Amino acid sequence: MDIIKKLLGQLGEYRRPALIAPLCTLVAVGMEVLIPYVMALLIDRGIAQANMGQVWLWGGIMLVCAVVALLIDSASAVFGSRASTGLASNLRDSLFEKVQTFSFSNIDKFSTVGLVTRMTTDVTNVQNAFNMSLIIATRAPISLVASLVMSVIISPGLSSIFLVAMVVLAAALAAIVFKAMPLFGSVFERYDDLNASVQENVTAIRVVKAFVREDHENQKFSRAAGDLHDLFVRAESLIAFNNPVMGVAIYGCIIALAWFGTHSILAGQLTTGQLTSLLGYVFNVLISLMMLTMIFVMVSMSAASGKRIVEVLDETPDIVSPEDALTEVRDGSIDFEAVNFSYRSGDGEETLAGIDLHIDSGETIGVLGGTGSGKSTLVSLICRLYDVDSGAVRVGGQDVRAYDTEVLRDAVAVVLQQNTLFSGTILDNLRWGKPDATLEECQAACAAACADEFIDRMPDGYDTVIEQGGTNVSGGQRQRLCIARALLKRPRVLILDDSTSAVDTATDASIQRAFAEQIPNTTKIVISQRVSSFGACDRILVLDAGHVAAFAPEERLIQTCDIYRDVYQTQNRQGSEADFDELEGVGRDPLSQRFDPAFADELTKAGE
Amino acid sequence: MAHAPRERGQREQGQNTLGSIRTIFAFMLKRYKFLFVLVIAGILLSSWAMVQSTLFTRALIDDYITPMLTQADPDFDALAAAIGRIAAIAAVGVGSTYLYNRLMVTISQGTLRDLRIEVFQHMESLPIKYFDTHAHGDIMSIYTNDIDTLRQLLSQTIPNFINSCATILMVLISMIMLSIPLTIVTLAMVGVMLLASGRIGSASAKHFADQQKHLGDVNGFIEETISGEKVVKVFCHEQRSVDEFHKRNHALRDAATRANTLAGILMPVVFALGEISYVLCAIVGSFVAVSMGLLSLGTLVSFLSLNQSFTEPITRISQQLSAITQAGAGAGRIFALLAEEPEADEGYVELVRARVGEDGKVEQTSEHTGHWAWRHPHQADDTVSYMPLLGELVMDGVDFGYVPEKQILHDIRLFALPGQKIAFVGATGAGKTTITNLINRFYDIDDGKIRYDGINITKIKKSELRRSLGMVLQDPHLFTGTVMDNIRYGRLDATDEECIAAAKLVSADDFIRRLPDGYNTQITGDGGNLSAGQRQLLTIARAAVADPPALILDEATSSIDTRTEQLVQAGMDALMKGRTTFVIAHRLSTVRDADCIMVMEQGRIIERGTHDELIAAHGKYYELYTGNQIESE
Repeated sequence: MDIIKKLLGQLGEYRRPALIAPLCTLVAVGMEVLIPYVMALLIDRGIAQANMGQVWLWGGIMLVCAVVALLIDSASAVFGSRASTGLASNLRDSLFEKVQTFSFSNIDKFSTVGLVTRMTTDVTNVQNAFNMSLIIATRAPISLVASLVMSVIISPGLSSIFLVAMVVLAAALAAIVFKAMPLFGSVFERYDDLNASVQENVTAIRVVKAFVREDHENQKFSRAAGDLHDLFVRAESLIAFNNPVMGVAIYGCIIALAWFGTHSILAGQLTTGQLTSLLGYVFNVLISLMMLTMIFVMVSMSAASGKRIVEVLDETPDIVSPEDALTEVRDGSIDFEAVNFSYRSGDGEETLAGIDLHIDSGETIGVLGGTGSGKSTLVSLICRLYDVDSGAVRVGGQDVRAYDTEVLRDAVAVVLQQNTLFSGTILDNLRWGKPDATLEECQAACAAACADEFIDRMPDGYDTVIEQGGTNVSGGQRQRLCIARALLKRPRVLILDDSTSAVDTATDASIQRAFAEQIPNTTKIVISQRVSSFGACDRILVLDAGHVAAFAPEERLIQTCDIYRDVYQTQNRQGSEADFDELEGVGRDPLSQRFDPAFADELTKAGE
Repeated sequence: MAHAPRERGQREQGQNTLGSIRTIFAFMLKRYKFLFVLVIAGILLSSWAMVQSTLFTRALIDDYITPMLTQADPDFDALAAAIGRIAAIAAVGVGSTYLYNRLMVTISQGTLRDLRIEVFQHMESLPIKYFDTHAHGDIMSIYTNDIDTLRQLLSQTIPNFINSCATILMVLISMIMLSIPLTIVTLAMVGVMLLASGRIGSASAKHFADQQKHLGDVNGFIEETISGEKVVKVFCHEQRSVDEFHKRNHALRDAATRANTLAGILMPVVFALGEISYVLCAIVGSFVAVSMGLLSLGTLVSFLSLNQSFTEPITRISQQLSAITQAGAGAGRIFALLAEEPEADEGYVELVRARVGEDGKVEQTSEHTGHWAWRHPHQADDTVSYMPLLGELVMDGVDFGYVPEKQILHDIRLFALPGQKIAFVGATGAGKTTITNLINRFYDIDDGKIRYDGINITKIKKSELRRSLGMVLQDPHLFTGTVMDNIRYGRLDATDEECIAAAKLVSADDFIRRLPDGYNTQITGDGGNLSAGQRQLLTIARAAVADPPALILDEATSSIDTRTEQLVQAGMDALMKGRTTFVIAHRLSTVRDADCIMVMEQGRIIERGTHDELIAAHGKYYELYTGNQIESE
């Protein structure tokens, strides 16, 4: 109930059409219900009395009723669809706006896929359910009650037949629905699983084919499809009772009306015309009841969708700018004071523990550490993508929680590990960094990020359209575009989170050089797996399982830090004589001898 | 580009809706011909009972009530007998209604199950090219949307449609028998109804297509923004995203309102026209009855009920037309997938377990000997020869392009001796992964030859070829199931011990044991609960358990940090020992000890040799390795 109230609260300016639609239905149904009643008058006063005047009169009234019903019903449809599409539109707007206020822990809670489903499928479900409710949920009960009232007016005694039929039908339908609903629940769960496994096969088709597992997957799928089939049959076999049950009710009413109605007519309590209108109301009453159960099923099926939407709307964003927020970041100095952080606070598993460090404005810092050592987490705290559990992170001498988040994030540019480009031109994407950047500014940023040469080679240059997900540029090109985009912000702090991994060593080095020359006063933090990326770094931070293992210039680390020395030596082995000797056994023989002579002959012949 | 074929396809299918429906019908009939005949019989019986109950009103009024009104002592026995008869007919009707509804569940669900399995199996047989050229979302929507629409079509629309047709036919016959003039009035009104619903329907179809387009646009925008939400936040782009979203969302709202308004009006219009038809029949009927005396009261009342039973199925059919069109489009996409050419395979050379006999000859055996051989049947003289599987691989003058217009690889020549490690280095897009795609025949070459142990790989059965090549791919994909299941994916008959041994070999055992349920930890959503490095370790273990004679490692360790990689390296070395291995890596440290390094640039091998030779040559490799050169692409 609470969910429905919250969802309807989103109607906003569509409250009026949402109210008018059922009112129209009320009038239209009234007209429709009148028709069988008037028909009885036409038969009894017109035909039975052979009075054409009465026929014209009542016939004319019925015609007017039908035409008015047509007009008003159409109006109801117009208002109904305006209200339901409006509701859907408002829901999407609210959800989208809400999600934009979310912090990452909010987003992580729902998962990206979860949020997308809520804004697409779930909203559509609610829209359909609401539209059907507006039209049928008002029509069915009104029609039911009106028909009952009319039949009571005609004959209180005979209308009790309707009551019995209704109770029987309602009980039977309720039994079917209540038995079938949980079955359908598990059907849809199984259905999702099946689709998930198809999805898995589509994305991992290379693995399936490389391991020749087509038959294995086929068997798995056939089994799952078979299970789904069995469940579906069980659920739908119950639904197969719906129509026959309905038939029993209708035939029962007709037969009972025929028997008792004849008696009433012979006793003079009923006219033939009235009997025919009662027969007409049988359909009205029972079909309305059937529709009500349909609505019930549909609304309860979309209730899950409604619940999921409300969950998002009710979520409170856990990172908000303070009231009197600071609006300027003084410089690019960064301090961590006794910082502890875990993604799920309170489960004891700390991603970062007891981090204490100070970085001067303009310094270039390298960050190295194993998978899961907390490198990305550390930098997300600087631009306040997450809040610390305890301790404090300061930028420009002030706690990050004191800044307006927009100001802070404008000053701290992060090139994320999962870097994303958006559909639009290259220029559009670059201007995310600075909306009013000129072409020249963009070109300069691209030059610094070594992105200019491949952009220039593209057919449309800076107007080349990036497809969704950036699929038409390579990983290395994407990374360089993302760096250029961040550079355009002219930030106080620039963070590169492993964002040159797909760029070759040479380009990587030249990007680093450009940084040193062009943005000397910006604090630069470079996360990398390659020690060669740290060439320009003043100091290197080594993280190990969420702790600072060492933080010093490279020369010092080589001497004092085992972790760093290890990595350094593995990656720089070619410098030492000993390694050359190691390699000697593997293959010193000249290139030509590596080829089968016969093959070499073949090649030469082929060449001629 | 990936969307273009689908759009074209949709247009073609638009003209083929009926054809698609016919195909799906044939698919169903092939399986359930007998049951479907029973369904039709059930439908006919149930609508016959319905018409009989309507006609009963006439008998009730004309044959019983009217005469009984004139009798002093009415005889209820005859009425009771008549009611008994109609009750029996009703029982038959209810029984057959249940019968056909229940049978239809069996038919429709069975058909859907078979269709799902057929679509899936066919999809599995398609070449990689199909998956590379079709958006995965489009493929998925065949399962999630198109087959689902067919469910409605089969389980509801088809029986409803037959029922409506049967009812219309029977009612029409009864109406003609009751009164021809009233039948003409009814038919005229039906004409008006069809005209009106046709007009409204075609107008709303256009708006629905428009709505669908906007819906796709909005959904795409949502998906893109939410997936890139971290970037949105980091760039403070929230407000601009919201503004952009409002614009698109409101366009969708307007389109949706237009479409739904028309569709919403359709029902009341048809319904009200039905009422008007009823009223007109009543007036005309009264006129015929009163002024001409050609019609009895019972007949008129019966006819009016028939009039209602006649327009009701027509309303129903007009509602179902849109469901049929939708299902037709869905069926069209399903059959378009089924019509895709499966991966061709003319290979006939097989991989068999082998034993070296006493005379030094290679023999086929069913035992696990650890040796494999190529079984090469010769058609000419019906003999079979066996060649030991060594792992020698030769590429000679190979040209290749994914599309004819754009050649990716130029004249690739390489020679890998059994047990050698061949490495490919070069910038992204240089063609390294493409070469591995050719070795296992994910794609076929345009020109040149690839020989495996001297056999042209087109002569080897694809499944056998791939079985002999272990692959660790760039994107570490895992499957729903336990960690153990995922390792066992490499060799389905591997024991738990063998899987654990493989995990130990590649240093994955350690982290697996630290997972909440160890080897029984459930993997969901492509391994979303594991780090990228952990996923890669699992895929390496998966290849290890397969124990193939040759290995292809495409950036297999890119997400593993250098320290862990060192640990893995020992395992990888053990894994590569004695196997021909092709390695692609960005990290030059990974390829240093290769027997031969191929330096690739724009689809050509520009340098080749050992690490030392290439360093000494001071060429491209040297530049890449020492980072002295600015540009590589």
